[in-house]
Amino acid sequence: MKKIIPFALVGATLVLAGCMSTSISSADADKLTAEITANSFQSKGIAKVERLQQDEANRLCSAANVAGKPLAADVAAAIEAAQLKTIQWPTDGKFLGDHAKGEKIAQSGKGLTWKDKADRVNGGNCYNCHQISKEEVSYGTLGPSLYNYGKLRGVTDPNSPAAKAVVEYTWGKLWNARAYNACSNMPRVGHNGILTEAQIKDVMALLLDPQSPVNQ
Amino acid sequence: MGKPMRIRAKAANGETTVRALMAHIMEGGQRKDSSGNRIPAHHITDVTASHNGKTVLTAQWGSAVSQNPFLAFTFKGGAAGEKLAISWKDNKGDSRTDEVTIS
Amino acid sequence: MKRKLALVAVLASSVMGLAHANDVEAGIAQYREMLQDGNPAELFEMSGEELWTTPRGPKNATMEKCDLGKGPGVVAAAFVELPRYFADTGRVQDLESRIVTCMVSLQGFDEAKILKTGYAKGEQANVRDMATYVAGASRELKINVPQDHQKEREMYEVGKRLFFMRSGPHDFACATCHAEDNKRIRLQGLPNLTGNPGDGIGFAAWPAYRVGNGQMWPMQKRLNDCYRQQRFPEPKFASDATIALGVYMGVNAKDAKSIAPAIKR
Repeated sequence: MKKIIPFALVGATLVLAGCMSTSISSADADKLTAEITANSFQSKGIAKVERLQQDEANRLCSAANVAGKPLAADVAAAIEAAQLKTIQWPTDGKFLGDHAKGEKIAQSGKGLTWKDKADRVNGGNCYNCHQISKEEVSYGTLGPSLYNYGKLRGVTDPNSPAAKAVVEYTWGKLWNARAYNACSNMPRVGHNGILTEAQIKDVMALLLDPQSPVNQ
Repeated sequence: MGKPMRIRAKAANGETTVRALMAHIMEGGQRKDSSGNRIPAHHITDVTASHNGKTVLTAQWGSAVSQNPFLAFTFKGGAAGEKLAISWKDNKGDSRTDEVTIS
Repeated sequence: MKRKLALVAVLASSVMGLAHANDVEAGIAQYREMLQDGNPAELFEMSGEELWTTPRGPKNATMEKCDLGKGPGVVAAAFVELPRYFADTGRVQDLESRIVTCMVSLQGFDEAKILKTGYAKGEQANVRDMATYVAGASRELKINVPQDHQKEREMYEVGKRLFFMRSGPHDFACATCHAEDNKRIRLQGLPNLTGNPGDGIGFAAWPAYRVGNGQMWPMQKRLNDCYRQQRFPEPKFASDATIALGVYMGVNAKDAKSIAPAIKR
């Protein structure tokens, strides 16, 4: 059935010895986890086993969590720099779309699961974690409230030079949140292809358009 | 023959409180499957409860009652050791009766 | 002055959000209390008990000699000590994988066939019902997942690593939702599973009947749907990964009272 890991033989003799306090070493636990992961999952629908391959950022952030220690400052900085490079700015230079469409995208949690078809329009999952408009009471608290996002940052005209820094930060954060916080829990909606450029523009409008319900 | 119900009946202060869980799919008849075809109605239409053979409750149910319905009611009378029975019939002709002893 | 006003505005909006959220939480608590009476999980428990004591399968035998960790035929209090190591299979097993083991060894069922069957279909529906029955036989007992055996301790470490493993298009791990206190996704409260979230919460609340879809969910189904929402590929039924996660959560929840089978939204 399963191949015998030499380590387990050591464990077996210790069981016979009675009381035991040996634990598995961290490196061996990592190895065992990798073996078990490889054997325990199967592709289903569009969710392929290739999704189990972690990129460097995820590998490091996950390991830090297991160790219970935050990433070293230089390691975090390196991740952020690498993620920053991945940001694709709007092809036509326009950052904002339609805030009403943005609300629909924020409300939708659809797409990319094994029950979804490949051609499905994905949602942004935003309300799962964030408060956004005042009207929507069904919001999560995993992320900070985004209510009055543009207003609180003094954005009266998103196209003005005064708003440029906020607008660009917001775009970057949506595209790849890890560019600003190496182990941010927020999905990399642009970089990982969750939302299209057009969809991100609509979410930008939801957050930054002075006419958006978010900023009333 | 439908699936067994879970019934509890307790007598106190001249009244008996009955709580019954019924196992039934309760398909309303308005839902459509993934191909767009209507799923036919399959739900309980009549419920009767009787104490020592005498009817204490009748009910007519439609599509609004949800899956695995929970029915709770109180009737005057009843004492520990006496019998309480609940029966249901559905629109496909299936039925079920279960009886318990009042505690 | 402007910055001070902005700061006050930020604080005010978060306080407003908090007060609103407390009303919401109170409403959810009231709804949950109303659900407790008449839990349809009991129907699955009744079905599971009948399956347990009925001769079935090619060998026409009952499950009454099944060893769930406390000796052949002992069902009471077995649930709260699972997952655990079993000498006859040489592996750490959870409730559902152990039920399958007994269905194969005692009743002669085909293991590969059961594992491949989808949730609530064929023999997996029976595994679900029996799991609900066995869980009910540990009602109100304290979770006490063992760590005496080397393999049990290894599986804890594996479960921990899986718990924190971020991957997939959303970079989600179990920890993304379940590693902090007092968080919720939309209006659904999220137990912190890196520690003990308390009596009847998290690990101590499954199997559970879900009112919203009328389905009885044992732990395997709960983990399956978590991974689906994490945008991971599908965990195989009763795979080592799912068992390891059970060990991690169960050990963390030591002494929490089990309310299984519970009722959920």
